[in-house]
Amino acid sequence: MTMRTPRSRSILRASTLAAALLLATTTLTACGSSGPGGSDDDSIDVWVYQDASTKVQRAVVERFNKTSKVKAKLTEVPGEGYSDKMRTSMGTPNAPDVFFNWGGGSISDFVKEDMLVDLGPSFKKDPELQKAFIPSILKAGAVNNTYYGIPMRGMQPVILFYNKKVFQDAGAQPPKSWDDLLGLINTFKKKGVTPFALAGTDPWTELMWVEYLVDRYGGAEVFKRIQSGDASGWDDPAVLKTAETIKELVDRGTFGKNYKSVNYTADGASTLFAKGKAAMHLMGSWEYANQKANQPDFAKSGLGWTTFPAIPDGNGDPKNVVGNPTNYWSVNAKTKGKKRDAAIEFVKFAAKQDYSKDLIANGDVPATSDATSLLGKHENPTYAQFQYDMVREAPSFTLSWDQALSAKNTPALHTNIQKLFNGQLSPTGFVTAMQKDIK
Amino acid sequence: MAGADSAAADPKGAPGQGAPRGGSGRRAVGRKAAGRKAVGRNAVGRPSAAWALPGVLFFVCFAVAPMLLVGYLAFTDWDGIGSPQWTGTDNWSRLWHDPDMRQAVWLSLLLTVLTWLVQTPIALLLGVWAAGRQRNRAVLSAIFFLPLLASSVALALVWKQLLDPNFGLIAEIGPALGFEDGDLLGDPQGALGAILFVTAWQFIPLHTLIYQGGARAIPRSLYDAAAIDGAGTVRQFFSITLPQLRNTVVTSSVIMVVGALTFFDTVLILTKGGPGTDTSIVPFLMYKNGFQAFDLGYASAVAALLVVVATAVSLLLVRLTGFSAMRSTREGM
Repeated sequence: MTMRTPRSRSILRASTLAAALLLATTTLTACGSSGPGGSDDDSIDVWVYQDASTKVQRAVVERFNKTSKVKAKLTEVPGEGYSDKMRTSMGTPNAPDVFFNWGGGSISDFVKEDMLVDLGPSFKKDPELQKAFIPSILKAGAVNNTYYGIPMRGMQPVILFYNKKVFQDAGAQPPKSWDDLLGLINTFKKKGVTPFALAGTDPWTELMWVEYLVDRYGGAEVFKRIQSGDASGWDDPAVLKTAETIKELVDRGTFGKNYKSVNYTADGASTLFAKGKAAMHLMGSWEYANQKANQPDFAKSGLGWTTFPAIPDGNGDPKNVVGNPTNYWSVNAKTKGKKRDAAIEFVKFAAKQDYSKDLIANGDVPATSDATSLLGKHENPTYAQFQYDMVREAPSFTLSWDQALSAKNTPALHTNIQKLFNGQLSPTGFVTAMQKDIK
Repeated sequence: MAGADSAAADPKGAPGQGAPRGGSGRRAVGRKAAGRKAVGRNAVGRPSAAWALPGVLFFVCFAVAPMLLVGYLAFTDWDGIGSPQWTGTDNWSRLWHDPDMRQAVWLSLLLTVLTWLVQTPIALLLGVWAAGRQRNRAVLSAIFFLPLLASSVALALVWKQLLDPNFGLIAEIGPALGFEDGDLLGDPQGALGAILFVTAWQFIPLHTLIYQGGARAIPRSLYDAAAIDGAGTVRQFFSITLPQLRNTVVTSSVIMVVGALTFFDTVLILTKGGPGTDTSIVPFLMYKNGFQAFDLGYASAVAALLVVVATAVSLLLVRLTGFSAMRSTREGM
């Protein structure tokens, strides 16, 4: 009894330590294993970015499950964390069998590690499948000219939007040429209206200007070279000319005086535009849905749209388009046998008419070749038709640079562009910075 | 029951047992094992190690293990998929030569110093005031305390709206502050100032609370004695309140400095490190490299450096201020 206390205490201390270690190791290993989406059962795990369009994917999963023995299970991942989650799960047993992505740079690292199914053979076996989609869109999602993605959402080209009422008040017409655009800048400045809304705190909105200008000056080839890892692409005169043009536009007061503090994500730029304090806005096609949510009257009757004009002496085809062609389904290479067949069968459902119909009912413009007859069902048929024609007739659809380049380049790309617009980098300084930073 | 027992036992003293500082249970053991004072004394005062188990486990799983992993990853090249490639000290030499990193270190230090200079005097004065017995004090203190209750992300989003140059509050008051057109976030100094202001607004309540607690603990008798000697309010503040709050100042400063060094969410939402890289402090640079560029090896090197620096700074603060000596401010009372 007398000696019991100290001994039991030291035994207790030792066993506590052992238990702590044991528990720690088991907890740690537990962190990294099992979880949902196990691969033993007879179902395929489908991951999708959760937003207003998710209901279209919910419907297609239901339709697919009626026809297939291997069932699809839809996991909706909240938008903010989607790319992080997709990236960290690939290569673990938790990885999905089929997943939503942005094509290009968003999957290029997976391609490098052979983690995705090459869809080329499926296209060969089923030529109708390839023909079902607009070629420029199918191509825009490819990596090294190999197809890994099936278009599964609406197209999102960058469009030059204008405020009809502001134009009417100024007696102005939407720009058809670069000179028109420069003339309009003066017209609106005299009227005390900011010519173009620009969200300078969100550099991806400034990137749209760079993308269109480089394309108009040098054609889609310039960025293709950069994307393929050829750093000399930045030496192309089109890049320097773009940077100089941006400096000139900024100096002219094209974006007003406080664009550096304006945001897009909290609706700063869109409100400015809708309220008529700015006349035009270069933005992705989602601007329509955005305005419809926040300023429904403006979206209905005040919103005008046109294409980005050609530039004198530019080599690029003025029909070229930039933006996000669409989103894609890709199939995990680890999915084998019966499940892989089912997964490929599932992504094919995106080519079907009833899928396109669902997209249109949701306000999206599908990337399928035969969507023309369905566009009349869109809530704004003229807008849908304009977008569809713009994209179908585009010889090239350049994927947004921050999606096309691999993720490691995104921060530097954004920072340098923001510095160019803010006057913190000169045009030549911009070119040098890009050559140095983008690998 | 136990308390009553020990309270009853204490006055009797049991001289050989030293100062009565334990619970009654152990005392009972000591009494039974008469003559084995050493055993009894060892058993007094500390609960068994098992009590620390949940805390230790939590700390190991969520602090030690990730830190060790970060230490390992800092010597590798890893993009989040595939397996990390050992690259030796590549990340570290890159860190040393990275102009963004230099700027980030400078900005972090600047923000830390400015944070301390802005928040400490305000929190100290508010805290001392809130410790008093004035009218409306409780109501006003409750209002001051509100920002601390909201999530910092929500607060940053609200401030982002207020700082919108066309529709926010800043559009009205910007010109008076010298930011024409409300272009505050687009200006390097303005953006840093905005972060400084929003964090001060958000965290001063916490430090006020710490100072309030500290000031309340100062014995009334000191002030009574000073009053008899003819000291006014100001003299009392400098001669009694401030010296008595010395340890509270250190506590609050360590929290503030380490907080400022590791500050992140307001920067992400309010400025995204911009304009350009002019508000990219070290934690934001870590995020940018880790979760935008997925350059997790390099981001780990930044993180490892941050852990070392923040730990060193807080240890240094504790040492330099003599806080570690655990000397009471009430010696001789």
